[in-house]
Amino acid sequence: MITASSPFYTDEHHEFRESVRRFVAEEVTPNVHEWDMAGEIPRDLYYTAGAIGIFGDGFESEYGGHGRRDALLRLVMLQELSMAGSGGFLAALLSNYIGLSPIGRFGTDEIKAKVVAPCMTGDAISALAITEPSGGSDVARITTTARLDGDDYVVNGSKTFITSGMRADYLTVAVRTGGEGPAGISMLVIDGDSPGLSRTKLDKMGWLSSDTATLYFDDVRVPADQLLGEEGTGFSMIVNNFNAERIDMAAQSIAFSRVCFNEALAWARERSTFGRKLAEHQVIRHKLVEMDRRINADQAWCELLAWRLNQGDDPVAEIAELKVSATQAFEFCAREAAQILGGASYLRGDTVERLYREVRVQAIGGGSEEIMRDLASRQLGL
Amino acid sequence: MKVAVCVKQIPDPAVPGELDPSTNTLNRDDKLILDESDSFGVELALQLVEAAGGGSVTLVSMAPRSEVSGLRTALAMGADDAVLVSDDALAGTDALGTAKVLGAALGRVEPDLILAGVESSDGYTGTVPEQIAGVMGIASVTFAKKIEASDGMLSIQRQTDDGYDEVTCPMPALVSVTGGVVEPRYPSFKGIMAAKKKPVDQVGIADLGIDASAVGFAGSRQETVAVVDAEAREAGEIVIDEGEGFQRIADFLAELKVI
Ligand SMILES: Cc1cc2nc3c(=O)[nH]c(=O)nc-3n(C[C@H](O)[C@H](O)[C@H](O)COP(=O)(O)OP(=O)(O)OC[C@H]3O[C@@H](n4cnc5c(N)ncnc54)[C@H](O)[C@@H]3O)c2cc1C
Ligand SMILES: Cc1cc2nc3c(=O)[nH]c(=O)nc-3n(C[C@H](O)[C@H](O)[C@H](O)COP(=O)(O)OP(=O)(O)OC[C@H]3O[C@@H](n4cnc5c(N)ncnc54)[C@H](O)[C@@H]3O)c2cc1C
Repeated sequence: MITASSPFYTDEHHEFRESVRRFVAEEVTPNVHEWDMAGEIPRDLYYTAGAIGIFGDGFESEYGGHGRRDALLRLVMLQELSMAGSGGFLAALLSNYIGLSPIGRFGTDEIKAKVVAPCMTGDAISALAITEPSGGSDVARITTTARLDGDDYVVNGSKTFITSGMRADYLTVAVRTGGEGPAGISMLVIDGDSPGLSRTKLDKMGWLSSDTATLYFDDVRVPADQLLGEEGTGFSMIVNNFNAERIDMAAQSIAFSRVCFNEALAWARERSTFGRKLAEHQVIRHKLVEMDRRINADQAWCELLAWRLNQGDDPVAEIAELKVSATQAFEFCAREAAQILGGASYLRGDTVERLYREVRVQAIGGGSEEIMRDLASRQLGL
Repeated sequence: MKVAVCVKQIPDPAVPGELDPSTNTLNRDDKLILDESDSFGVELALQLVEAAGGGSVTLVSMAPRSEVSGLRTALAMGADDAVLVSDDALAGTDALGTAKVLGAALGRVEPDLILAGVESSDGYTGTVPEQIAGVMGIASVTFAKKIEASDGMLSIQRQTDDGYDEVTCPMPALVSVTGGVVEPRYPSFKGIMAAKKKPVDQVGIADLGIDASAVGFAGSRQETVAVVDAEAREAGEIVIDEGEGFQRIADFLAELKVI
């Protein structure tokens, strides 16, 4: 992101920003279109990302993590990664965060050594599986079951829309171990090579370089010690996870909006119509200012919320509101950038064309706009 | 194996630079960063020490205002420690003066091998490394693209227009490293945190036994007398192709004697 000057950032934030920025400029941005066409990001990229420390925020150092949680560092990192202008690249690489977070917080030492440690270095990939074919918003009603049988749970059911679902080595899965409602939900870590697990790939509008899958569990046996925490505590783990996922998605959306703005600005300065640069037409100038205004407002809000998270605050309602605001701004910026680029924005390979197709998933995934408003209203006691 | 790397800290090339009109030298008031030209030497040094199964990498830099930002980047890559020479008396030092200062600082480190860039990105006289070797009285090899060390000897592939020379030379020696010959590692989060605790020995010229009259504007025999804008390029000729375009291209290339 270009807003590097802010009272919140320390030297180490700036230094990490530089490192991630160099990685993105050298190894990511020039290749994102090719990866979209290939339908995946190269496996090697996980090793490079692991060596830089891209997976480590919030994980203990003995398993290869940073040994601390820093929402501002994470913001810096995510926004620099987002400047490549590819949500698919980001989703693929960062399924690790949503998949590993519950393990880092609630897993035993054994499961952390088995799953978290190899994911930190890029040797393994993790995914989170909550959403089911019957719905994603109403998490309390999931139907995939895990029944205890001797030392194993036996899992049956299916999950869909799972990011990195095809390539993940470990799946963090929401299952029903008890009765109806949130109190019956638990989290289980399932090995990707478990017999009875099958996966099919989904074709999508965007996020082309990120694989998305439907998973089928047919009497899959999972060692009971791969349960995270206690039975029946899964729902609160999911809710916990969502908070981080949502500010992450907001941070990405703001950066994607910035990419749209940058692309539109460069084009408006370059392209002439009716004897003048596009940027010299007032209508176009106002579009650019309107984009910039919304991006700056959300960026300031996002930095403040990240800072508050670091202070131990838990601004659930505001994070939900920010996700709505940032994804709507992204929708606006993608549209306006596309208008400014004209036909060029409709060509495959163009950055704005890609981002335009990635707007919806930002507004739906990780808690849709409607659900975010509902959550915020409940938090506000309405 | 003890390797020292000369690293220059320069104004960010992404920010348009300015010359001080009174001295014709580059304005260095903003934060300075690690010269990319030197990141290759840092990477090679780290690889050499890893290959040797032990040792250390010490950075040596001369920079104004006790600047350490660029050193931090190289320390975050994995270098062990640094010596920084910073002194008001150094303002205006020319390439030979720089070599004397760096030579004195390097003498205190007593390395087996000294690496430097072939040329810096801002001054790019491409003369400092060999002058350091001269000042220190040690062997110097230029344009290295590959370095191996064993039993006190270095085997170096020295880049040439047609390929490379194979050069061997005893240590201690100074070797300048061609840009782009290795992929410098990205500073990791852990490296960045560790770098904060790594020692940077800050010294002035008095600590190095150098007299103020030998360096700075006073000691420089090199002076930038004038700076003029490069000649603007003339607009090219636009040829409209009316079916004969290929012939014009062929004639043009023939005129250039390339076909
Ligand atoms: C590309 C992609 C990647 C994904 N990756 C993952 C992943 O890795 N892991 C995972 O578990 N899930 C993943 N998801 C799923 C995502 O989290 C869900 O799509 C999301 O939670 C919404 O669920 P749904 O699609 O089933 O919609 P539904 O829950 O069926 O909702 C449909 C629509 O109705 C609205 N709605 C629902 N309830 C209400 C209400 N009470 N009031 C008003 N409106 C309402 C919703 O906002 C939505 O617009 C991914 C989705 C996509 C598209
Ligand atoms: C008249 C004049 C005035 C100057 N005034 C100033 C000034 O006020 N402040 C200032 O900082 N510089 C100043 N410089 C530049 C400074 O002295 C340069 O470091 C020196 O001239 C080196 O030249 P170069 O950059 O062309 O090095 P090159 O020979 O092109 O560099 C090759 C390699 O030598 C090593 N090296 C070069 N310089 C350094 C260094 N400083 N520290 C560590 N390694 C190094 C690096 O490994 C580099 O890759 C001035 C130069 C001149 C000619």
